[in-house]
Amino acid sequence: MWRFIGFRVLQSIPVILVVITVTFFLVRLAPGGPFSAEKAVIPEVKAALEAQYGLNLPMFQQYLAYLGDLAHGDLGPSFKYPGRSVNELIAAGFPVTAELGLYALLVAIGIGGIAGVVASLRPNTAQDYIPMSVAMIGICVPSLLMGPILILVFGIYLEWLPVSGWGDIPGDKILPAITLGSTYAAYIARLSRAGMLEVMSQDYIRTARAKGLPEWQVVVRHALRGGMIPVVAFLGPAFAGLLSGSFVVETIFQIPGLGRFYVQAAFNRDYTMILGATVFLAVLIVVFNLLSDILAAWMNPRLRSQYGGGA
Amino acid sequence: MLSVENLSVSFVTRMGTNQAVDDISFTVQSGKITAIIGESGSGKSVACYSLLGLIPQPPGRIDGGRALFNGQDLLQLDTDELRKIRGRDIAMVFQDPMTCLNPYMTIGDQLMEPLRYHKKVSRAEARARALELLDEVGIRDPASTIDNYPHQFSGGMRQRVMIAMALINEPQLLIADEPTTALDVTIQAQILALLAALQKKRDIGVLLISHDLAVVADIADQIVVMQQGRIVETGDRDAIFRNAQHPYTQKLLQAIPRGGKPVALPVSEPLVTVRNLCTWFQSDKAPVKAVDDVSFDILRGEVLGLVGESGSGKSTIGRSLLRLVPVTSGTVHFDGIDVTALQARELKRLRRRMQFIFQDPFASLNPRMTVYDTLAEPLLLHDIETRSTVGAHVLRLMDDVGLARAAVRKYPHEFSGGQRQRIAIGRALATRPDFVVADEPVSALDVTIQAQILELMRELGREYGLTMLFISHDLAVVRQLADRIVVLHRGKVVEQANTEDLFARPQQAYTQQLLQSIPGRAVRTL
Repeated sequence: MWRFIGFRVLQSIPVILVVITVTFFLVRLAPGGPFSAEKAVIPEVKAALEAQYGLNLPMFQQYLAYLGDLAHGDLGPSFKYPGRSVNELIAAGFPVTAELGLYALLVAIGIGGIAGVVASLRPNTAQDYIPMSVAMIGICVPSLLMGPILILVFGIYLEWLPVSGWGDIPGDKILPAITLGSTYAAYIARLSRAGMLEVMSQDYIRTARAKGLPEWQVVVRHALRGGMIPVVAFLGPAFAGLLSGSFVVETIFQIPGLGRFYVQAAFNRDYTMILGATVFLAVLIVVFNLLSDILAAWMNPRLRSQYGGGA
Repeated sequence: MLSVENLSVSFVTRMGTNQAVDDISFTVQSGKITAIIGESGSGKSVACYSLLGLIPQPPGRIDGGRALFNGQDLLQLDTDELRKIRGRDIAMVFQDPMTCLNPYMTIGDQLMEPLRYHKKVSRAEARARALELLDEVGIRDPASTIDNYPHQFSGGMRQRVMIAMALINEPQLLIADEPTTALDVTIQAQILALLAALQKKRDIGVLLISHDLAVVADIADQIVVMQQGRIVETGDRDAIFRNAQHPYTQKLLQAIPRGGKPVALPVSEPLVTVRNLCTWFQSDKAPVKAVDDVSFDILRGEVLGLVGESGSGKSTIGRSLLRLVPVTSGTVHFDGIDVTALQARELKRLRRRMQFIFQDPFASLNPRMTVYDTLAEPLLLHDIETRSTVGAHVLRLMDDVGLARAAVRKYPHEFSGGQRQRIAIGRALATRPDFVVADEPVSALDVTIQAQILELMRELGREYGLTMLFISHDLAVVRQLADRIVVLHRGKVVEQANTEDLFARPQQAYTQQLLQSIPGRAVRTL
């Protein structure tokens, strides 16, 4: 098992390096710079600022300097929030985004998993078509639209839930979590339905029925574990996607998370902030993919013993 | 004990109603083994599954009949009542032990499950009982293996676990659906013996479903022969084997491979020479020596049988000869050319003369290509025909392998298994090869179809002047076709001899064991 993990970690180093390199040069290719926006700055001041942040050096030298800092875990100073480092900004925004992502993931697993399993038990009947159609709608409706709709219905017409904020009023975390989770709930519903259908047609399900077990025990004891493996393997990419894709929801609901910093940084040409957030998310994506792969492999006894984790 | 009367089952689909079981009646007596024999699609499994409510409804539908089990009509019970009987009074063993055990649960948990559910015993008690049974079905050291997962067991061991699982509630009736079809021949003999012994000891009724008359010949008391959903003949074993009335039963009896190919071939020089062939596969630990220092010759015009159980390396040898897998060391000469030293381009030219017939005609044909395309492809690839002339050649091939010319535009799924294997043979022979490797070409087929395909291969072999390497786990099949036989065990050659000599005077203990495991000894001695 450790060999497998070590191998995957090594594999991810070049991936992250490529992400850094491409992002680094791409943001610099974009016209404008961190100090060329809004009001005109006196050229001397601008030059001084650029010198202070090392922007006057040749591009390649800047790149090497950035890599050097990164190796020490230093993502550099923010160009737009003077006096604050990118590390601090991420540390401030990430816990909020992570919390939102976690709730959204729980929503996605809860709703999606149940819908998928329910649908798989009676394929091609109303019990299958209805949840699956809803799931299809969930995939098609972007959170950009889902958020305002939920706000209108539950916030304004029904007045059940607050429509913005994070941790200020009780219940203000519910709508953002559902908005963000709905798309993934739909994917998970489809994955778990497919996984369960596959497993339910296996011979060992027939064996379980031949033992005389009631159908719910057949599903829960025998089918669920195998049927959920594709879902578990999807959780890593899903959580990473939730984190990096949360900025729309954060904007709609006025949540002070990482996503909003990220988008603002892009508008402001805040080079180090864009890079820092990108690298941070890239590492997270790699880590969560690895975690979910390990979990999925661990759930399969054959793979578990193959990787030497003991049976 | 079980008395089935006038049972009819059909499947209703959009394509219409398919009468799978048509008005059948039979009985199973306590303490006796009743065998239902039939080819795939004859309705034998459907009949037994429908007794226990194990066919999906819809599309399945029980049209009528009664199934009295201890005076209770199984077909009238609701699902809950039926469930109480399933796994407690009537237990089942299925065909493929590889897929019938849950790979995500330890075998101990799976074993205890029926006992815990039906008899509500404590976990410790159930575990003790499971250990006893594992021991009884011949699992070595149950205490340390009970917490293992199914993939840690071999096929034969898994089938033993399945049997233990079926017996754990001491059922009165055991339904065994093709319990040995997926197993090697020596393992098959062991499992059949085990089933018979357990049945005697417990004095229970067994309903044994099989496509292979030879398999049930040794242990069945009663035999029921089914064809196309109907019972064509019923009788006790000796009556069926001595004095079969129905032509279909007689045909099944004739299809039991016995005796061999009598014609002795004039001695000729070798076409294929294999010397010190090793094919190893890399793995984490030591390399897997699939083929370990094997040497033999295949003479021009002969059929050489390559026999061994699964894992003996016989398929790997076949693939190595055609360089379908990389060879580790050793040489293979084909007509004087060292195949192992060839470049890709020369190899392609040579492949025109060396062809391969695969085991599974379901998997080896491209489902998106018509028969025409499948047969034309090698002809065009090797520039034997041009696009304008290939048609006539394809039709000739269709004639040769006994397929209707009109079927040439059909896709593989429109053919039966036997017909598909005919297509595969046609494809292999399209380039008029000198040498064909046939890897278990009939083991996926029903016995009567098996006999037809073997006959076809024999005819075409003569007509095309073929040299053939015939790979099979089934000695009885090989005997019908092969001039000489090489016996393999764990990657090494155990024995090689002329077919008749090998059967008459096997020299090695392993060969003797293989010969003794051939099912249907009861038939031969009758």
